Amino acid sequence: MQLNLEPKIEDPDGFYNQLICLHDGLSEEESLELQSRMILLLTNHIGDSEVLSEVMRIAREPFEK
Amino acid sequence: MPYEYPKFEYRRSPDQDTVDPVRHPVVIIGAGPVGLALAIDLALKQVPVVLLEALDTISVGSRAICFAKRTLEVCERLGLGGRLLEKGVTWKKGKVFFGEDEVYEFDLLPEDGHQFPAFINLQQYYIELYAIERAQELKEFIDLRWCSELQGINYGENGVHLTVGTPDGTYQLDCDWLIAADGARSFCRKTLGLEFEGRTFDDQFLIADIKTKVEMPPVRHFWFAPTFTDADSALLHMQPDDVWRLDFQIGPKADAVKEMQIEKVMSRVRGMLGDEIEPDLEWISVYRFQSRCIRNFRHGRVIFSGDAAHQVSPFGARGANSGIQDAENLAWKLQLVLKELAPESLLDSYNSERIYAAEENIRHSTQSTDFIAPKGAVSLAYRNAVLSLAKQYKFARPLINSGRLSTPTVHLESTLNTADIDSWLGQLSPGAPAADAPLQTPKGECWLLSQLKGDFTLLYFTDGAVPEDVEAELRRLSENAVLVKPLVIGLNSESQGVSLFDLLGLAALRYDARNGTTYLLRPDQHISARWKRFAKDAVRKALKRATCN
Repeated sequence: MQLNLEPKIEDPDGFYNQLICLHDGLSEEESLELQSRMILLLTNHIGDSEVLSEVMRIAREPFEK
Repeated sequence: MPYEYPKFEYRRSPDQDTVDPVRHPVVIIGAGPVGLALAIDLALKQVPVVLLEALDTISVGSRAICFAKRTLEVCERLGLGGRLLEKGVTWKKGKVFFGEDEVYEFDLLPEDGHQFPAFINLQQYYIELYAIERAQELKEFIDLRWCSELQGINYGENGVHLTVGTPDGTYQLDCDWLIAADGARSFCRKTLGLEFEGRTFDDQFLIADIKTKVEMPPVRHFWFAPTFTDADSALLHMQPDDVWRLDFQIGPKADAVKEMQIEKVMSRVRGMLGDEIEPDLEWISVYRFQSRCIRNFRHGRVIFSGDAAHQVSPFGARGANSGIQDAENLAWKLQLVLKELAPESLLDSYNSERIYAAEENIRHSTQSTDFIAPKGAVSLAYRNAVLSLAKQYKFARPLINSGRLSTPTVHLESTLNTADIDSWLGQLSPGAPAADAPLQTPKGECWLLSQLKGDFTLLYFTDGAVPEDVEAELRRLSENAVLVKPLVIGLNSESQGVSLFDLLGLAALRYDARNGTTYLLRPDQHISARWKRFAKDAVRKALKRATCN
């Protein structure tokens, strides 16, 4: 399977707002754990290790020199 | 009452009174579990061994306590399995807690039809004591010298020259092969100037072995972030004689001296087991651990095994268990080389197979440590996310790592293997240890692995009579210089000329066997090659390959 990089999110502004609001009232530590929970849930849903490796590669891109 | 350590008497050896040093084929340094297992294995192969031990007693403190199924299978071949099983606490279940919540329970061996369980817990001093008693039965071949401390090594192409210190002063000794089984602080390793490569972890752990009556099933308990004590993790294991192993992760900065004060230890113990507990303290220790190994296990005629060669974190019980697998891997190779039935290069396969194993064990134990003792905020967040999800959502459970418990290494990449040409179902592969299964004999039940007694074995499955050409070849192999013992298993009660039957079909299932299926098994019970149909040329070729001939 290949990582889909075409826009796919319905209602981008609504989703973005939802994502930010999700952290309301949380400490930084809690936010970090919440994000970890989200990533783990999404990761398991995707499952495919090739796709996940590609996700990790792109996520790290700006920090690779 | 705490365990009383036996004392073994120093006896002057005739070797101390000779003008020229006496030469022995094999000298093993260190009478711990690894050195003893190797000595017994070699003795069973009628190779004489000198075993030097610096102390006059066995392991102080219970130290290694979890012995895995494969170790028990090896020990059974050495004549120790029954005693270990009888004395040890059999367990296979583990519970994992996060704070006060039970997150999940695991079961290590849900499958029936194996002689030995997934694990027993048994204090290291018992396994050593039983092995010493076994060695004494084999004293025709094992010369176990107490209070004999190695003080110097001089090695060359043709042999190794040793200086041994005793209460009577020093003496010299020569040997063809020196086996270093002298533990984490190995004198042999230091003398050869070999550096460990790997990691040291900052976290400290407090071990308390206590003796008390507690009514609890023999289930491994592991707490992440326990609420009953100020430790980052805690572990509880049941041992025989009402002894319990408690292990607390007390952080990198804890003051070891204060932590070992009895009142402090007792408050942790009572936190875990209840305020009414009045235990005897058997052993208390604070330790840091390493995951590391030396780059080569063989240096000419000096060969390293066990903790002297590799160290892991205790999570996963991969220290003593892998050390005993080192011993079984080395014993038969050393025997064949000493008898000149195989070239010295066979010993290089010990090096490559057991380094492969050490790397696997180090990888597992390092990954467990990273989960148990997360470094930094992000690692901690992920760890806690996994644990908080796992109680309700089972997808997260495989990510929990409270120690990946020791399983035998499959020597997948070994040059001794012959690659499959047929296609196979099931778990086995060349390089894997043979699977156990119950078999029927006219006299009752027996176990498949108990039929593999330390020689090469040709395992042949049949559903009728064994064909004449196969029988002739089995006979020839049993008279071969490198002995190959036949083991014929009848797939049903109609099989003729057979005394072992697989009436439950578990051997057939585990070996994916039908009429004519053939396995060549190494003396350490690992699979060297296999075929769906018997072919004598293929067997001979595989045997040559497995012995570097």
